[in-house]
Amino acid sequence: MASHKVVLHFPLHQLNRPVVNDLIKTYDLDFNILRAEVTPDEKGFVVLELTGEEDNFRKGVEWLDTLGVTVQPLSEDVVRLEDRCTHCGACVTTCPVDALYVERPSQQVIFEQDTCIGCGICVKVCPAAAMAVQF
Amino acid sequence: MAKTIAEINEKIASGKVVVVTAEEIIGIVEEDGAEKAAEKVDVVTTGTFGPMCSSGAFLNFGHSKPRIKVQKAWLNGVNAYAGLAAVDLYIGVTEVPDHDPLNSVFPGAFAYGGGHVIEDLVAGKDVRLRAVAYGTDCYPRKQLDTWVNLATLNEAVLHNPRNAYQNYNCAVNLGKEREIYTYMGVLKPDLGSANFCSAGQLSPLLNDPLYKTIGLGTRIWLGGGVGYVTWWGTQHNPTVPRHDNGVPKGGSGTLTVSGDLKQMKPEWLRGVSFRGYGVSLQVGLGIPIPLLNAEIAQYTAVKDSDITAPIVDYSQGYPYFEKTPDLGSVTYADLRSGKITVLGKEVPTASLSSYSKARDIAETLKDQIKTGHFALTQPVQSLPSADSEYTFKLLAERPVNGGGI
Repeated sequence: MASHKVVLHFPLHQLNRPVVNDLIKTYDLDFNILRAEVTPDEKGFVVLELTGEEDNFRKGVEWLDTLGVTVQPLSEDVVRLEDRCTHCGACVTTCPVDALYVERPSQQVIFEQDTCIGCGICVKVCPAAAMAVQF
Repeated sequence: MAKTIAEINEKIASGKVVVVTAEEIIGIVEEDGAEKAAEKVDVVTTGTFGPMCSSGAFLNFGHSKPRIKVQKAWLNGVNAYAGLAAVDLYIGVTEVPDHDPLNSVFPGAFAYGGGHVIEDLVAGKDVRLRAVAYGTDCYPRKQLDTWVNLATLNEAVLHNPRNAYQNYNCAVNLGKEREIYTYMGVLKPDLGSANFCSAGQLSPLLNDPLYKTIGLGTRIWLGGGVGYVTWWGTQHNPTVPRHDNGVPKGGSGTLTVSGDLKQMKPEWLRGVSFRGYGVSLQVGLGIPIPLLNAEIAQYTAVKDSDITAPIVDYSQGYPYFEKTPDLGSVTYADLRSGKITVLGKEVPTASLSSYSKARDIAETLKDQIKTGHFALTQPVQSLPSADSEYTFKLLAERPVNGGGI
């Protein structure tokens, strides 16, 4: 069993199709929706954690590709702009999964992308605009 | 044996000066005692890097042809105060653009403002200057729309009326319902988080708590360039309760500082946005403290566990002066550990001031002094201290029209 956090981008013509439902049933995957949105220009995306056999996950991604749904690993989602981070630490208490924390004794703020669930709260609270969502 | 600033400057010039940071002096005084430390070490460098409202810059952009006496001006859409002369402006860090939605959809993002204009200027970027005027015989022009940058400005002087706050509050939210959006950052409800903002043991005024060496005319490291203490800061409040080591138990002394913006660097002046609150500027500031005697050496040995911050509720206590349960105080050592205990509850902490950048500043200033690139100055006047009668007063309102609005 393997678990993957992915961002699925849906093209306009697939918005009315139950793609995720078909995906999990056909390829025997469990899913947990971390975030979902239909943007004003009517493109949609959903952030999912998919759990199942590695082979099934791979086949599922191939099937999504045939539908025009693009799949990105979630680690590409929230990024830190290193030259803007001042290591103040204002973000650390707002991160729900402790992906941002102060390392001691350096007192530098560490960002662990593997732990990040892409909720984007840090993007809103970072004073120096060092955290950004990149799709 | 007591030393003078002139003697220390001779040592700087001859390359024999001994400089350590405010972190390093702690162990030296603990090991050797204050007397020996003052003999061994000449200068202790301090540093702080945090959002400092009450900052801004004076800019002179030169006379246009034909001439204009600017009445209102905007830099990248941010209002700059023009009521000084013809082509002088003051851009304040908390100013927001006229078209900003502010908090109309709460909490507002406040993505850009005066602090960001200053950062853009220091980064060498072009900034759009728009201005209007009513026109006079000597200044006939009525409109201006042009690009300016740091190189084209005649003078650009960072002038911050209140910086380097000596100690500050630890902010919490006692409200049960929602997170609150303050200048101390986002505070989670029901004591969900605690935010603080001081470099503690590295902070300039906490290492010279009674202002024995820092005064008017003290040369400082400001935003990556050279600056000066030009007055005590607004809201300077030296006569507050203090610990035996002279350290104030809450916000106390402040400094007015000025420096040439053209020498400064964007990594030390950073425009910042506080969601639901507004904009500001993170300022990097370092002050050298001459170890003139054992008493001053002892002050610089202050450490985070000796410095306390009062815990203040920002849901009702701070904004409305409402009486809240006594939340007590907490040391910076505890704040920096990542969690504190308030009213029996464990509360995670977050800093708004960057300790690692403060450390970088103290190290940078140390190197500059050791290599003869930064000499010390003798203050020309002391700051009002604990023995003065100088206090910070609240506004005593005198209602107009019988109090009816």
